[in-house]
Amino acid sequence: MEVVRLTVNGDERVCGVPAHYTLLETLRYGLGLTGSKQGCDKGDCGACTVVLDGKAVLSCLTPILEAEGRHVRTVEGLASGVEPHPLQDEFDLHGAAQCGFCTPGILCSAAALLDREPSPSREDIREALAGNLCRCTGYEKIYDAVEGAAARCRA
Amino acid sequence: MLRLHPFRYHRPETVAEAVQLLAQHGQEAMPVAGGTDLLPNMKHGLFRPGHVVSLNRIGELRGISTIAPPSNGHRPGDSFVRTTGATGGTAGHLRIGALETLHDISAHPDVRRRFPGLAEAAGLVAGPQLRNMGTIGGNVCLDTRCTYYNQTAFWRGALGHCLKKDGDTCHVTKTGKKCVAAHSADTPPNLIALGATLTLAGPNGRREVEAADFFIADGIRNTRRAPGEILTEVRIPLGRPSARSAYQKLRQRKSIDFPLLSVAVAGDFANDGSVASLKGVVSVLGARPRLLSDWEGLATGKPLNAGVIRDLAHRAWQQCRPLENVVGDAGWRRAMVPVCVGRALEKLAGLGTRPDR
Repeated sequence: MEVVRLTVNGDERVCGVPAHYTLLETLRYGLGLTGSKQGCDKGDCGACTVVLDGKAVLSCLTPILEAEGRHVRTVEGLASGVEPHPLQDEFDLHGAAQCGFCTPGILCSAAALLDREPSPSREDIREALAGNLCRCTGYEKIYDAVEGAAARCRA
Repeated sequence: MLRLHPFRYHRPETVAEAVQLLAQHGQEAMPVAGGTDLLPNMKHGLFRPGHVVSLNRIGELRGISTIAPPSNGHRPGDSFVRTTGATGGTAGHLRIGALETLHDISAHPDVRRRFPGLAEAAGLVAGPQLRNMGTIGGNVCLDTRCTYYNQTAFWRGALGHCLKKDGDTCHVTKTGKKCVAAHSADTPPNLIALGATLTLAGPNGRREVEAADFFIADGIRNTRRAPGEILTEVRIPLGRPSARSAYQKLRQRKSIDFPLLSVAVAGDFANDGSVASLKGVVSVLGARPRLLSDWEGLATGKPLNAGVIRDLAHRAWQQCRPLENVVGDAGWRRAMVPVCVGRALEKLAGLGTRPDR
């Protein structure tokens, strides 16, 4: 068992987990943060995407000890209190979530994009979400929602 | 849900410490950097190291820098001036630390300007998250892939296992006793075409290997990296300003997938636009990228026009025979050899190509 300290959504967290746990397993089973989804669990689907020190990464392939001392942002950390993040609001308005399983990962990929590029082109958005599989929507509503959120973040 | 087996996780901060840990734990230890290939493979039960040695805290393995040619020949203290490697002379080179991520390489201005083929290849690996994690060291040392290998233990067991893991039959060749799992990494074909040199650190110190000599035609272990060694850096000779390179990748989707075929080309052009030198590498055939032979002569001294490109593409087709080792019909992949070679050469010639990637 390892004692690991990391910052999750702005809060310093300490948890005891085995060294072979991934960041995803620590979030879900150690910290009770089940927003990040365990999809393929081998790096194909993107449902487990979180933002690690500003970059979108796959938490299912991140050994927990690699996250020690670093800043993790998950879907639970996007909203400000009861106020949803513009991405979440725009996903709602555009109907960009259907079954919703891929949504937390897509929101995290999109949040990392908007943090580094406030005015992304449609192609930038497509590229940033190219590692997130959605089998319901066909992506167009998702791209619309990210464009809408980018415009609101700039306003 | 795919669980990792229990292991000890080491986080050395120097190359010497990492090499020492690998030596101490021998076959029980494996190095890991981005983990984007090793972790899925461990989750599939392909490897079960008791000790995982993370390279991620070793600062020496980072950095991308252009080392200019020495103005006055050899200068004592210039650690890069060695006589062993092809890049060790007076030409100058680009050094890429093995821990640099594929994203950072694809976005680096010097890589994009001098080696567009390598930048494009790094930017086409998997998807964005995996490029934020995966490193060039890991890409160079990537395990070979095969339809019958990259599967869960349950799946492999149901078929009776294969040569590469736990079995004695090759399901690709049926009768063969040599593993033909496919070299599936995007950056090595470019490194070979560009004449890059790799540096390995091990218990006996450091050594250099030409990228062109690094891979061997054995799908079980397809590199000359010994188990206790780690790749520390890649050095690419700068070449003349007129040198160009290009990459073409075939896959089912435009993202996430490994290549079904890949083509890297690098060449230099005379002032009149004719070809001065040309190298082509085709991969995802067997365990080793194939440096095309009897090839350059078809183009040297000529402009790289449609007719010459057609001849070069046909010569490549004669030499390259994809196997049924990855998804995608081998006959179709072979038919795509001249198409992909042609597209890579069109990019090299600046003729423009269909925006299909």
